[in-house]
Amino acid sequence: MGFPVLLEVRGLEVSYGGIHAVKGVDLEVREGELVCLIGANGAGKSTTLRAVCGLLPARAGSVRYGGTDIAGVAMHELPRRGLVMVPEGRGIFPQLTVQENLAMGAYTRNDAGIAEDIERRYETFPRLKERRTQVAGTLSGGEQQMLAMGRALMARPKLLLLDEPSMGLAPRLVAKIFEIVRQIASQGVTILLVEQNARLALEVANRGYVMESGNITLSGEAEGLLESPKVREAYLGETA
Amino acid sequence: MKEGGRKVWIGIALIAVALLLLPFALSLAGTAWVRIANLALLYVLLALGLNIVVGFAGLLDLGYIAFYAVGAYVYALLASPHFGLHLPFWVILPIGAAVAALFGVMLGAPTLKLRGDYLAIVTLGFGEIVRIFLNNLSQPVNITRGPQGIAGIDPVRIGGIDFSKSDSLLGAVISGPMKYYYLLLVLMLAIVLINVRLQNSRIGRAWEAIREDETAARAMGIDTTALKLLAFAMGASFGGVAGGMFSAIQGFISPESFVLVESVMVVSMVVLGGMGNIAGVILGALLLSFVPEVLRWTVEPAQRALFGKMLIEPEVIRMLIFGLALVLVMLFRPAGLLPSAVRRRELTDDRAA
Repeated sequence: MGFPVLLEVRGLEVSYGGIHAVKGVDLEVREGELVCLIGANGAGKSTTLRAVCGLLPARAGSVRYGGTDIAGVAMHELPRRGLVMVPEGRGIFPQLTVQENLAMGAYTRNDAGIAEDIERRYETFPRLKERRTQVAGTLSGGEQQMLAMGRALMARPKLLLLDEPSMGLAPRLVAKIFEIVRQIASQGVTILLVEQNARLALEVANRGYVMESGNITLSGEAEGLLESPKVREAYLGETA
Repeated sequence: MKEGGRKVWIGIALIAVALLLLPFALSLAGTAWVRIANLALLYVLLALGLNIVVGFAGLLDLGYIAFYAVGAYVYALLASPHFGLHLPFWVILPIGAAVAALFGVMLGAPTLKLRGDYLAIVTLGFGEIVRIFLNNLSQPVNITRGPQGIAGIDPVRIGGIDFSKSDSLLGAVISGPMKYYYLLLVLMLAIVLINVRLQNSRIGRAWEAIREDETAARAMGIDTTALKLLAFAMGASFGGVAGGMFSAIQGFISPESFVLVESVMVVSMVVLGGMGNIAGVILGALLLSFVPEVLRWTVEPAQRALFGKMLIEPEVIRMLIFGLALVLVMLFRPAGLLPSAVRRRELTDDRAA
């Protein structure tokens, strides 16, 4: 991989609610990559992601984005620099309409292309177009996830952090969401995907990291991880 | 389109004429009614200020009257014999607004991470702290004169016009309270305009996002810390302006005017009228300040006519009816009498869900 490193996490440790949840994580995401961070519930994946975007303070270690340290940078500064996160549980604005939600995603922008960008989102997510004047809280879970991703794209991210996009969705919708993740990546957005659904995540990703009780235990090309007996046994529910 | 536009303008012109003539009509029924109208306008100012904090940014503030108190005391200290200072009205009002805004930030900064009920409890405590300070700051240095209050506060004087005295203009007598009415009307218009502009601005949209989901708002790039403090400061400064006017109109203030019930009253006005909707908030403030006065003037004669004597104190009936009205509104119009577009949606969502 000759592309420059966009996100570099070194020795990250995070304590959260008295628990040492992340115990020294190293990972990197290169420009144009789709990298997934997989692991069981409670392994520290989401905590890692939250520390990367400033939602939780790091106890030790460094987080570099685009070559600069973003450890002390407030979360609201990051979208301006092209780092946008889609929070776990989607975090849409339930009482605002679909269109208003999308417009809110462009909060940091003041260029003329916002309306055009909203139309582009509707091309990617035709369901949202049908429901543009509907209040976001009335959308189905899958539609809300699409809205959350569409809204994040409104900030024109370079790096998109996705926190468990499949959570609480029916299997058919999960497949659809992953298809969309792949589509977004193909448009040139770099993605760090945190997922419990290891198989689907590895199928769309270029590379993967496996996290276990606060540490990265395995990493490598996604295809390789899919073949790895350890991953197959622990996360894909297969007996090797 | 043109026809509709003209109708709107005719409507606005009619309301403007009615508002301009209202004090003359009221003074026919007695100057007391003009004073009541002034008090109602003060409550409108307060409710519009609180609406920024509660309605726009979604931060429940139960100590709002503290900012009213701060504005009132700033005015009283700078324009009364107590310190021998007699600064002009147009100097004090901005100072009062600024000091109140500072107090707003003082309340906002330590409560940034609190939400909902927890924030409500802290703000409630803050309101009481300010009142108790005012009550006790007579020693060791006598600043507020404690429970005695400050008397002899200067009335507003603009140019050569003294707002405590009557003047005649084109043969019509314009009393002091009437002058205050017009001044309050101008202030109210200014605050309404600021509210409208804020609501449709980038700041207004950011507040909306914070109210809906604070973490998501931060993920959108919204500086929630700065914007929440701004909401507290702006809301407080309007309270400070209203407080200054209260001081000037009354000529006397004491901590008793700034009790918890007053905060609850202003919150009720915002909730009853329709949180986040400017017209609704004005309606709520007018209703809750006028209706009790009307009751005060009708309940006693009605009882005397019916039973020959007074059975229930007007004050008791006032609170009974007030409570009943609030319960009815919460049952039948939970989003307020004139809900904002967003709250109305919220209501229909609940039914759909």
